[in-house]
Amino acid sequence: MSVDKRARFIGREPMALLEDELRVRGFSEVALGYTEEQAISEAKRCLKCKNPKCQLGCPVNIDIKDFIALTAEGKFIEAYKKIKEKNSLPAVCGRVCPQEEQCEVECIVGLKGEPVAIGRLERFVSDYALTKEHKKIVCEVSAGKKVAVVGSGPAGLACAGELAKLCYDVTMYEAFHEPGGVLMYGIPEFRLPKGIVKEEVEFLKEAGVKIECNVIIGKTLTIDDLFEMGFEAVFLGTGAGLPYFLGLEGENLNGVYSANEFLTRVNLMRAYRFPEYKTPVYVGNHVAVIGAGNVAMDAARTARRLGATVHIIYRRSEEEMPARKEEIEHAKEEGIGFLTLANPMKVIGDEKGYVKEIVCQQMELGEPDESGRRRPQAIPGSEFTLPVDTLVVAVGQGPNPIVTQATPDLATNKWGNIIADEQTGATSIPGVYAGGDVVTGAATVIKAMGAGKIAAAGIHNYLTNK
Amino acid sequence: MYKVLRKKVLTDTGVDRVILLDIEAPLVAKKHKPGHFVMLRIDEKGERVPLTIADANPETGAVTIIAQEVGSTSKQLGRLEAGDHILDFVGPLGQAAHYPEHKHVVCIGGGLGVAPLYPEVKHLYQTGSHVTSIVGARNKDLILLESEMQEYSHEFYIATDDGSYGTKGFVTTILQELIDSNTPVDLVIAIGPIPMMKAVANLTRKYEIKTLVSLNSLMVDGTGMCGACRVTVGGETKFTCIDGPEFDGHLVDFDEQMRRLSMYKDKEKEVLIQEGCGGANGCQ
Ligand SMILES: Cc1cc2nc3c(=O)[nH]c(=O)nc-3n(C[C@H](O)[C@H](O)[C@H](O)COP(=O)(O)OP(=O)(O)OC[C@H]3O[C@@H](n4cnc5c(N)ncnc54)[C@H](O)[C@@H]3O)c2cc1C
Ligand SMILES: Cc1cc2nc3c(=O)[nH]c(=O)nc-3n(C[C@H](O)[C@H](O)[C@H](O)COP(=O)(O)OP(=O)(O)OC[C@H]3O[C@@H](n4cnc5c(N)ncnc54)[C@H](O)[C@@H]3O)c2cc1C
Ligand code: SF4
Ligand code: FES
Repeated sequence: MSVDKRARFIGREPMALLEDELRVRGFSEVALGYTEEQAISEAKRCLKCKNPKCQLGCPVNIDIKDFIALTAEGKFIEAYKKIKEKNSLPAVCGRVCPQEEQCEVECIVGLKGEPVAIGRLERFVSDYALTKEHKKIVCEVSAGKKVAVVGSGPAGLACAGELAKLCYDVTMYEAFHEPGGVLMYGIPEFRLPKGIVKEEVEFLKEAGVKIECNVIIGKTLTIDDLFEMGFEAVFLGTGAGLPYFLGLEGENLNGVYSANEFLTRVNLMRAYRFPEYKTPVYVGNHVAVIGAGNVAMDAARTARRLGATVHIIYRRSEEEMPARKEEIEHAKEEGIGFLTLANPMKVIGDEKGYVKEIVCQQMELGEPDESGRRRPQAIPGSEFTLPVDTLVVAVGQGPNPIVTQATPDLATNKWGNIIADEQTGATSIPGVYAGGDVVTGAATVIKAMGAGKIAAAGIHNYLTNK
Repeated sequence: MYKVLRKKVLTDTGVDRVILLDIEAPLVAKKHKPGHFVMLRIDEKGERVPLTIADANPETGAVTIIAQEVGSTSKQLGRLEAGDHILDFVGPLGQAAHYPEHKHVVCIGGGLGVAPLYPEVKHLYQTGSHVTSIVGARNKDLILLESEMQEYSHEFYIATDDGSYGTKGFVTTILQELIDSNTPVDLVIAIGPIPMMKAVANLTRKYEIKTLVSLNSLMVDGTGMCGACRVTVGGETKFTCIDGPEFDGHLVDFDEQMRRLSMYKDKEKEVLIQEGCGGANGCQ
């Protein structure tokens, strides 16, 4: 098929969105995806570059050019299979990856116009395939060796998937009662429908991966126990689940949540369907969220759907916000207010101990700091108060310490992250591998998956030569 | 799924009951140490609630929990019978209690606090401490695990608010008498309602007797992930589920804990009313 040279000058296919008014009334997915016609027309914008830069920008190295070419020909299942060679969770990644700073930022079409909508195409073909086709991994000869995967977030899922392809006998252990990690408890339904995560988990089960929920490694079983049980290698993908607080006065008042607690109550425990579901969540009329990453946007948009007016409080300007552009836009469309260059100073409670207002200070941007971002500085005398009845702190999270506390030989850095070799995922304990947020600190779905895959290869190499 | 092996009603006031369940959870039973707890969820729509492991048998795989029927989940737990199943049961969680060389330990249990206290009493007794136990309750009918506690205590006292059994008064009345009688006390462990733990801590502070208390914060995950269980200890924020549940009673901000526990009072009533269990005796 010939390349449409004009493509680069026309904009990308727009994706339909749920109407703003409908959005804030429920948890239905906001982005609605492409139609077949749109997908084909968008795919035709690709120039089929000789040296496709987009692929280099992809942390798991998807053959982007090829999958897009198949999509352009309407061969959606083939396109899906092409992606699946490299990425085991395309329906998830097509929705939550920061494509604008990975593949799409490298796209040649983007030099003169809008880059090819690689993420939307990935989403389209995965959704198409999920309804039509379920490719099973069938092992002819079993490698016969047992490997334990700890944690069922993107890192664990990717690692287990790769190991299953290599015909290992894989058991995945998850502390929570449902597998999926942040995909289940953190990212809300309106951005990533839980049914999609469940499909991906089903896929692994069909490939023979056993999943044991309600088992906490470091508590219920130790790593030593796993080796005694006959596992020959262990992968740790336990994520960054330890919420940080700011140490503000009044931060322990009633109504002050970590984003993790707020989102877990709503997503995993379905507090938005309280009292049918028994887990409550307290959302007043005025909610403030501190922080401006993806986690903060999710918390803010969730609170909005639970009926509150919501403000994001961020100490730098909008330009520095770490959240995906799309999420910031959606948040604005949904009526969320942004208080930028505002630094929270203390939380004030009412006589019953519930949060009543938050005191902030106005900031201005000075010289860049080590992170390259301009350092915010307080403007003297600029304090202001915002009345709130719920405050969500979304300023980052660290590695969960349970495994490392129970495994003193496991080397960690000063932040408590597990130290793992970048090329193999190997840790300081032979046979124990690690990857994802527990190694890098809070990052992205695709990076965690990439690390899971690398560790699977490392494990395969280790067990083959053992 | 985790099977209920045995059920026993320990106390029944007509308003609420205290029930004991043995749950089949071999991995948890094997790893249990005094001080540990579990998180359980009864069914798909259920809340995750923390309960102390009162006892465990590594041979049979049975884990004993004791719960007071206070709200929706504990009432639902009380309706389970042997042979029924619980959907999720995870543990053991929290830091196991550890006692570096204590000669004379006074163990104080208030109301339901006796349940989590019991495995510690047993452990201390079996590892050679001199154990004095003080059990307190509103009245005679609410005393839990009396014979079990007595079996593993060198000295054993009971206090009831109304004087219907043992000494009339609070556990602190007896503790004060013990201290006044000049019996040296090396360590106090107090588990029960927050006002009781606070009163004990205030008393022992004056005599500089090290005192451990066990906090029953609200929890969601129980693994350090959500921060719901925060508590201020010695001016620092700690997470009850991974740093506790036992803390130095002289450093805990009890008022903050009490306030945080009341967070969902209204919401909980909503569930009970919806289930038609609002009043006394409801749902039984
Ligand atoms: C609200 C939110 C929104 C986000 N939005 C985006 C986004 O839009 N795009 C993007 O790319 N990234 C996003 N991220 C980041 C992304 O989700 C994470 O980087 C990614 O999930 C990390 O994967 P992981 O497998 O390392 O860990 P996790 O997903 O955290 O999974 C770890 C799993 O291990 C389990 N576990 C922990 N300890 C134990 C133990 N001892 N025993 C057994 N199991 C254990 C946990 O319960 C959990 O299920 C977001 C994160 C959050 C919190
Ligand atoms: C580490 C730990 C160990 C525990 N061990 C036990 C145990 O062995 N046996 C036992 O019966 N309970 C124990 N608890 C308390 C138990 O978790 C709660 O009582 C239970 O969650 C109540 O659930 P519910 O749905 O029945 O009541 P809810 O509907 O949640 O609450 C009913 C009423 O009880 C109050 N309440 C709720 N949670 C608590 C709490 N944690 N402490 C005090 N009052 C509360 C509410 O304010 C409300 O008035 C423990 C808690 C922790 C953190
Ligand atoms: S860089 Fe852009 S145009 Fe080139 S192959 Fe990749 S998606 Fe197509
Ligand atoms: S219960 Fe979530 S951090 Fe302790």
